[in-house]
Amino acid sequence: MTRTKALAVALMAPAVVVVILVLVVPLLVGFATAVRDPELRVALPRTAELLRAWDGRGVPEEPVFAALAQEVRAAEGAQALGALSRRLNFERSGMRGLLLRTARAELVAPYSMALPAVDARWGEPATWTMLRRASLGVTPLYLLRSVDLDVAADGSVVAQPEEEAVFVKLFRRTLVIALEVTITTLLVAYPAAYAMARLPGAWARLATVLVLVPFWVSIMVRTTAWFILLQREGPVNALLLALQVVDHPLQLIFTRVAVILAMVHVLLPFAILPMLGVMKRIDPRLARASASLGATQWQHFLRVYLPLSLPGVGAGGLMIFMLAMGFYITPALVGGTGDQMVSTFITEYTTATLNWGMAAALAVLLLAMTAAVVGLAVLLVPRLRARTA
Amino acid sequence: MIGVVLTRAWLGLVLLFLIAPLLVVVPLSFSSGEVLTLPMPGFSLRWYEDFFTSGRWLVATRNSFVVGLHTAAFATLLGTLAAFGMFLWGRVPRLPAGLLSLPLVVPSVIAGVAMYFAFALVGLTNTLAGLILAHTVLALPYVVVTVLASLQGFDRTQLRAATSLGAPFPVVLRRVVLPQIAPAVAAGGLFAFATSFDELIVALFIAGPEQFTLPRQMLAGLREFLSPTITAAAVLLTLVSLLLLALHQAVWGRKGH
Repeated sequence: MTRTKALAVALMAPAVVVVILVLVVPLLVGFATAVRDPELRVALPRTAELLRAWDGRGVPEEPVFAALAQEVRAAEGAQALGALSRRLNFERSGMRGLLLRTARAELVAPYSMALPAVDARWGEPATWTMLRRASLGVTPLYLLRSVDLDVAADGSVVAQPEEEAVFVKLFRRTLVIALEVTITTLLVAYPAAYAMARLPGAWARLATVLVLVPFWVSIMVRTTAWFILLQREGPVNALLLALQVVDHPLQLIFTRVAVILAMVHVLLPFAILPMLGVMKRIDPRLARASASLGATQWQHFLRVYLPLSLPGVGAGGLMIFMLAMGFYITPALVGGTGDQMVSTFITEYTTATLNWGMAAALAVLLLAMTAAVVGLAVLLVPRLRARTA
Repeated sequence: MIGVVLTRAWLGLVLLFLIAPLLVVVPLSFSSGEVLTLPMPGFSLRWYEDFFTSGRWLVATRNSFVVGLHTAAFATLLGTLAAFGMFLWGRVPRLPAGLLSLPLVVPSVIAGVAMYFAFALVGLTNTLAGLILAHTVLALPYVVVTVLASLQGFDRTQLRAATSLGAPFPVVLRRVVLPQIAPAVAAGGLFAFATSFDELIVALFIAGPEQFTLPRQMLAGLREFLSPTITAAAVLLTLVSLLLLALHQAVWGRKGH
């Protein structure tokens, strides 16, 4: 390596290290959180160890019962036991109550008799095989639940019951909203960018600044604006009533239309700016060349201009789709319960219900789904590959 | 000809759609009423008064500026050095370029939740330092891209000339390179500040109530008590954004995009 190259590496290193430490490592930690299963090992270490040594048939021997009874008793009220009850209750409801009752019970040996006396579930093999799975340190449970699957008592993978199966629908809805928003944004942006590309100097600069204004204004401000605009007694309804377009206020806020409208508003600059960049580079003399060869204006647009401008559409489209898949604040504030996207659930699980495993699993799947769609688009449309390579 | 008229009319509608929602908040922020509805019962400055006298909003304003200024400083320093490193390397090197553009492609909810888990392990959640680190990474790509673009016009022979005259590298960087790329560095810094100042999602995960920034406080205001003070905050925030945009246009404007 020459001195210049060494110097180049030294200059790039600090930024690269910061990105690795602050983004790449956290992403890896996040992926790990989707499969980590530490609660049982932390709360009941000896029980976990004995369960791992057990062959998993029937119910375990007395020492496992004894370890569980003593450790649960000793851990009563501790944070670790709270985390464990949350974890087990997530896998099967009712486990929180079982642990609580067991922790408070006065027990005497032999524990393999005493525990089932407190609650019959301690005599069932299914309870113990579930605890054994939870002692392994890693679990597929969160990822499975994120695609509406579950682990049955015997350890096999089964479908979730109808009323609990919400996540496949949620992912499908997220994909549909993202695609609807992407297509709407591109369709709205294309003629606008086309007009901007051929505006005379000063007008073009004014239009560019007007496109940049919302780009620079906080997404929170823009979403607040829509939140106020679309209220039942808000400005949009007031205008519609005044113009006598409608005779009673429309339900605008908390609808799918509101979500799409506000998302398109936020994402339009991401479509217009790359389109404009590409369109400005298209040589205007091509139009005269087409005309001299006998093409109508419409033929020129379809066969020359449109193909040349597609790289801008593709670049903008990919960016918008990636951003739209991860949208949180707009659907959360102007959408109804049926318009929430995956991000709402990720946030909910992280900050409200404290189920980090589910939050991480949903995040992993959302990232995978976004990457898959973008990858597919780049593979299928050769123009995009040239552009992104 | 008819096409030109139609597309220009369409452009006008699109620009109206982009700008009008931002303007509607302005009159509402001067309303004397308690509820966010039109027509307004009267004119008053009470929501601005509330903004400038309420502890929460003042703390949020201070946090936003502290985090924004630190983010701008760190991102500009790291980003400028990295961009110059890439320039020295010759062809833009793939691995660092890929890593540095990662913050642009990872959806911010995913970045936020990942940072939340990782920062919790080292005690950086609910701290301004954590928020500054997170925002620095989010802002880095913009600085790198802007500075790298302005280095396209930089003549490499100047480096050899300066070195052959005995200038050590830091001096070359400061006296020869920096003056020529200064507009791009300033533009990158402004954009980094704006990125941090406007950012909500990562703050939602990393910041506790003590670290609330203005967008985060607006969300709390909208969710909890729908006080019209949020409209005053929205107008003030928009003014800061417009000021930043104007400065950015002044130093970088036509060269950019």
